[in-house]
Amino acid sequence: MTANTRKISFEGLRELLGGYFFILPAVLIFSVFYIYPFVQTFILSLREWNGISLNSQFIGFDNFQEILQDGVWWLSMWHAAYITLIALTFQNALAFALALSCDRDIRLRKFYRVVFYLPPVLSEVVVGLIWQWILYAGMQNGEHVGLLNYFLTKIHMNHLVHAWLSDPKTALTCIAIVHSWKGFGWGFIILLAGLQTIDRQLYEAARVDGAGSFSIFKNVTIPMMIPVFVMVMILTILGSMQVFVLVLSMVGQGLVYHTEVPVTRILASMTGTSRFGYACALGIVFGLILMVFSFTLNKISRKFKQE
Amino acid sequence: MFHNKYRAAKTLTSILTHIFLMAVAATCLFPLLWMVRSALMTNETIFTDKSFIPQSLHFKNFYLAWTAGGFATYFLNSVLYTVCVVFGIVLIASLAAYAFSRLKFPGKNFFFYIFLAAMMIPLPGSFVPLYVLMTKLHLANTRIGYILCMINVGLSLSIYMLKTFFDKMPSALEDAARMDGCSRIGIWLHVALPLARPAIAVIIIFNTLNVWNEYVLAMLLLNDQSLMPLQRGLMVFQGSHSVDYPLLMAGLSITVAPVVLVYLFMQKHIIKGLCAGAVAG
Repeated sequence: MTANTRKISFEGLRELLGGYFFILPAVLIFSVFYIYPFVQTFILSLREWNGISLNSQFIGFDNFQEILQDGVWWLSMWHAAYITLIALTFQNALAFALALSCDRDIRLRKFYRVVFYLPPVLSEVVVGLIWQWILYAGMQNGEHVGLLNYFLTKIHMNHLVHAWLSDPKTALTCIAIVHSWKGFGWGFIILLAGLQTIDRQLYEAARVDGAGSFSIFKNVTIPMMIPVFVMVMILTILGSMQVFVLVLSMVGQGLVYHTEVPVTRILASMTGTSRFGYACALGIVFGLILMVFSFTLNKISRKFKQE
Repeated sequence: MFHNKYRAAKTLTSILTHIFLMAVAATCLFPLLWMVRSALMTNETIFTDKSFIPQSLHFKNFYLAWTAGGFATYFLNSVLYTVCVVFGIVLIASLAAYAFSRLKFPGKNFFFYIFLAAMMIPLPGSFVPLYVLMTKLHLANTRIGYILCMINVGLSLSIYMLKTFFDKMPSALEDAARMDGCSRIGIWLHVALPLARPAIAVIIIFNTLNVWNEYVLAMLLLNDQSLMPLQRGLMVFQGSHSVDYPLLMAGLSITVAPVVLVYLFMQKHIIKGLCAGAVAG
């Protein structure tokens, strides 16, 4: 009798430990490389620390107060918002137009899908360096070396020739356009997948009721797609606001304020001025702003659904 | 009459649609072709010859980039990191996902939600304490340090994707194996993993691309050129040889070629993974 119960409890214990054994490696790695840095970000944000010395100083919310008056930081935020705005409008409109074109029985659909998703599988370093070479502004023997400027002189549009990536007026727009070039194929795939889940019978029914193409588009396609739109918008915002490898590979890592984005500011606070606490505080402020954006968009989309 | 008009309009829209789609497709392909084309020029002809197909093709650049440019080291490092990280992720994530889906133990949901939350909450500055931690543990500037960090990066999404797959998978075979006295580890290895092959394929390809294309952690953690993967190597190369564009383009081509090959053969899985990832995020 006692032997029996002991056996059961032993089995139960084994069962219990078995589960933990399975998740142990994942939890270990995750705790060390995700949770610990996550918590440390908040602790460090309240401190002033140069990253080397053994003691750091507790300074309360001074870092956060300083952020409020940090002009370069908010400028970098505006730059990221500008890139995001172009991605939200230009990139997503293009993606949706392409998705609509590929949603019907059209020849070469597979080919288009493969080609459009090619830029998104390339790395930001690769994309940035290729475009940097195309936009290159150097001259040799009185001829433009970069393809774009060379092309512009050949079609007699010399007034458009530009130092695209060093001119503060054009650098950010170039980055935004290259970012959109890299990203539209991703939006295309998601939007196309969304379009293809719409029941074809809805279209048929609308057509039988005498609705024209535009009216079907407005009253069937758009309402059905709103959840997908919101998801694409949220992911575009999160991705574009955090862009920075593209900036490094296109314009380099020098102190060029006209192409600063939030993540390059965090990096500069860390590796440049060795203010680790301030860098963490910047990260927290940035993360909170991103969260507020995606939560608000989510809320708005829920409201749409209820109506 | 009406029918013909309708048909003509349809053909016209179809032609216009194709022109639009072809134009966009051309902008996708052209920069890559221009990269390969620039890799085949010499340091002189690249500044003078602007034709799309140059008069003489200079294949030596690939050899020079591979040897003198250091891309052999970068390439082998990238392969090593990718293989180790992807193997680690598949092993660790499938163990955890199997437990989250099939086994019973207290705190199961708590742990799973922590992994989920990690995917939802963006914390852009967390690489600062991560760098500090790696330095303290003497893992900065080591291969194992970079590999562990990258395993962590891919873990949450892979666990999520595998768990949803296991949840949908019927457990009849596993139950039969248990009746036959197979241990849980045995069931996981011999029954569950082979059945989950489609999901594992998605995870392998998704993470392969992710590791191959990673730059941020490689920049923060690796300082020795002998340890750098391709993406980091490219940026270092560009910084020091900023004039030598043909070699840089050859290095870029070396970096891109495996990605394009993997992509062309596996694009079905890649797109599946993308949609799953987007829904989770």
